[in-house]
Amino acid sequence: MSTHAHALDEHAHANHDPNLQHHFHTMQQQFDASKLGMWLFLATEILLFGVLFVGFGLSQARWPEEFKQAHHHLDRVLGAFNTVVLLVSSFTMVMAVHSAANSKRKATINYLVVTILCAVAFLVVKYFEYSHKIHEGLLPGQYFTYLANTDPMAKGNSVFFGFYFMMTGLHGFHILGGVVVLCILLAQTIKGRYSASYYTPVDLVGLYWHIVDLIWIYLFPLLYLIG
Amino acid sequence: MQATHDASHDHHGEHEGHSHGGLKQYLAVLGALLVLTVITVGASYLDFGSANIVIAVLIATIKASLVALFFMHLKDDNPVNAMILVSCFLFLGLLLTFCLLDIDNRLDESPAGKAAMKMQGPPSMGRSQTSTDAAPAPKPGYVDSHGAGAGAGEHGGAAAPAAKH
Repeated sequence: MSTHAHALDEHAHANHDPNLQHHFHTMQQQFDASKLGMWLFLATEILLFGVLFVGFGLSQARWPEEFKQAHHHLDRVLGAFNTVVLLVSSFTMVMAVHSAANSKRKATINYLVVTILCAVAFLVVKYFEYSHKIHEGLLPGQYFTYLANTDPMAKGNSVFFGFYFMMTGLHGFHILGGVVVLCILLAQTIKGRYSASYYTPVDLVGLYWHIVDLIWIYLFPLLYLIG
Repeated sequence: MQATHDASHDHHGEHEGHSHGGLKQYLAVLGALLVLTVITVGASYLDFGSANIVIAVLIATIKASLVALFFMHLKDDNPVNAMILVSCFLFLGLLLTFCLLDIDNRLDESPAGKAAMKMQGPPSMGRSQTSTDAAPAPKPGYVDSHGAGAGAGEHGGAAAPAAKH
């Protein structure tokens, strides 16, 4: 009698992980549902950047010489450096997820800190690139003063920098947003919020961080290397 | 309490088993990504003509696949997630293909035609030839000549049916 009640109690307790929301049956189901939702969000991100890539491709087909000329203003060494920084941060992020999934709190904290530092380094490099270009008068549209208005190459050059600032700017805001979310994640990890039984937020932020990296993997060669 | 522990242990074990590669595998993927970055930067210094962009996109796609398969765990994940990603790229490919087909039909490949295109925009803008000929300088008077051209076109269009009556 008492053992039966004890078993029931145990059963109830097992199903009532404090992180399990009442509309899910199991932790695994909750995890899979969260992940599916995240992937749908990532799909909208890919489509958001995707149309910009298509627009870039069309403009490149229309102003090939101008785009080639304009892309020489981009410093491919700085671009390559930022690529390496983001790839390393993707690695540390996946290690943070791996550590959280194995309840290694200390390692999770370390990997998250390195990821945040990489993101900040990326943004600092981007800041120097931007200020240099703004100084040169390479902002698009009416602010494009690098070439005279009457220069037949001016329009295509200006369009290139329109895409450059729009695409890298949007990407930069994603990095910035990522830093904010990573800091929240770090604070929660320090509090000991995540363990092998519940690390969904770490996993989802990891997915977000990798998609930001993935977009840069395409941005870098198209803008900096090909033009 | 025991049940909770077991449940979490099972969960943990399951993830160790199929979802996570571990330090060595992730390091290998990072190494491959860095090598591919060096290759793509190196290839950009060589001139393969129009093949340069194909090479760049191809290498980028290999890198993106590595990130998606290993870092985003798609290799061992629920295939629905991979389907979402792949369908995104398929639809983007569709968009790009049809847009490029369209621009191939619009652009006159001759240099003169291209120059005319830059000055006037595509012929579908409906500007009459005479009004653009009359426009003296393309840049400073650009907006004005455009407005005049469009106006002239509309007048012409409106005048034609009136003459018929």
